[in-house]
Amino acid sequence: MSVSGSESALWRGRSVPSFRETAASNTRGVVPTRDEIAVELAVARARTAVVPALTTYDLRAYYGSTEILHGVNLAFPYRQVTAIIGPSGCGKSTLLRCLNRMHELTPGASVKGRVLLGNQDIYAPDVDPVALRRKIGMVFQRPNPFPTMSIFDNVAAALRWHRVVRRHELADRVEQALRMAALWDEVKDRLHENALGLSGGQQQRLCIARALAIEPEILLMDEPASALDPISTGHIEELIVQLRSRYTVLIVTHNMQQAARISDYTAFMLMGELIEFSPTATLFTNPSDSRTEAYVTGRFG
Amino acid sequence: MKDVSVFTPAGRLLSSGLVSAVYRRRRLMDLLMTGLAGLAVLVAVVPLFSILISVAIRGLSALNLDFFTKMPVPIGETGGGVLNAIVGSGILVGLGTLIGLPIGLLSAIYLAEYGRGRLADTIRLFTEVMSGVPSIVVGIFAYAIVVRPLHHFSALAGGVALGILMIPVVTRTAEEMIRMVPQSLREAGLALGLPRWRVTVSIVLPSAASGIVTGAMLAVARIAGETAPLLFTALNNAFFSTSLLRPIASLPVQIYTYATSPYEELHRIAWGAVFVLVMMVLITNLLTRLAVRSGYEMKR
Repeated sequence: MSVSGSESALWRGRSVPSFRETAASNTRGVVPTRDEIAVELAVARARTAVVPALTTYDLRAYYGSTEILHGVNLAFPYRQVTAIIGPSGCGKSTLLRCLNRMHELTPGASVKGRVLLGNQDIYAPDVDPVALRRKIGMVFQRPNPFPTMSIFDNVAAALRWHRVVRRHELADRVEQALRMAALWDEVKDRLHENALGLSGGQQQRLCIARALAIEPEILLMDEPASALDPISTGHIEELIVQLRSRYTVLIVTHNMQQAARISDYTAFMLMGELIEFSPTATLFTNPSDSRTEAYVTGRFG
Repeated sequence: MKDVSVFTPAGRLLSSGLVSAVYRRRRLMDLLMTGLAGLAVLVAVVPLFSILISVAIRGLSALNLDFFTKMPVPIGETGGGVLNAIVGSGILVGLGTLIGLPIGLLSAIYLAEYGRGRLADTIRLFTEVMSGVPSIVVGIFAYAIVVRPLHHFSALAGGVALGILMIPVVTRTAEEMIRMVPQSLREAGLALGLPRWRVTVSIVLPSAASGIVTGAMLAVARIAGETAPLLFTALNNAFFSTSLLRPIASLPVQIYTYATSPYEELHRIAWGAVFVLVMMVLITNLLTRLAVRSGYEMKR
């Protein structure tokens, strides 16, 4: 924890917002070739020693014929927390849902452009979206534990279905996931009670444990604390900061203080476009776009 | 008590307008409407209880152990039972459920989870139409596809008729119940990297289970009382039979035969059979509900 913390502090001190440049160099809206991507990735690595976990190129999302995202170019750094902020309806959640191919499940919805996980385009025709979603977990706005299952089964379900662990290891893995979600101590004595008996905040941490149990590479969080009270929100925020050492976390939030508290990078979106992407401290204290400044200082939105 | 009259700057009494005729009228209206709603409930419930009570009074007096364990006796002799009809009804309803439940449930899953566009709309329309088809027409259909080719009436034909009757009832209620499962649960499953079918089987169906079971029970109750479609499919049988390929007795048909006969003794047995039929439906209903609930309890 302290290592990555000082690392990002160091990073901010250098004031080389190279990810923004990487993304900005691509705003012409042309989909680059594999080689170009490889070169850019190499450049990004060399500059920052931070690797992008997910990169989007000219990502466009549609509901029917309405374009929701107008070509987003963005590189989400590996094992860092990236916050996505912006007013309601700006496409934050849609962007998130494009990254694990959940967007296309809505009837009439479609996606154009490229999203690279490492160096693999997740929208390539031979990519199995089901396999992809194992690598890119998601936590939703409202806690949605499986109502017919116990606390234990909620976490164990995906492990069983994916057959990732042997039966005798199952309990260990469930405990591990619940500990990681900072829920173990609260539920260890009632693992076999129904999950709906938990409070809203606990249910949300259960959902996080459920997502972590199958060890994804990336965790997408769509306003995970917006339906919770301040104390539960505090728990979730602490948790996210800790998750950074093992996961790449992308979090959509309406709460700018929250973004400032927990994220390393922040992306600001407006009406389906990415306006600015910077290290969080830079975005909030020295934004390069006047619209970002207006938003973070509360002058609109 | 001291009179505290406080006036607003405009000179009105602060407490003015709190007691008004309008409010009294609203309260009266509220009372009236609540009363009317209660009355409607009463009107709806009275026939139900009237039926249950008269069935219980007249039916219970015909019941004894022989009623359940003996075969019908010739006219003129006292005693005897309707064992053949009870067993026959069990077989027919079981067969009908075996045919109707899987088909109905699978159609419901298709319509609720996968069906999009014209095909789904067409299927849904036909399900609606089918649930409105008179049961005797379904009986004729079963006659045409089972009785005619086999050249004789059979329990199988009766089961097919009841199964067909059951399909639309199950489909409609189960589709409704599956649709009521929140989308967020499906998304939760899909986001864990589960394939669509897995989400349906392991998350959606268990969440909808109690509703689906209730719907299935309604369907079972409906076919258990059907008489018309059995008249020219399963026919009737004065003897004990468990063969699927021979005519078989059933409670509704037995009740119909006895009730239309001129003998007082047979009327008495018919009332007994009515009571048994109602109880059979009621008890299956209760047992299944209990089973579903304890299934939840175990996981708690």
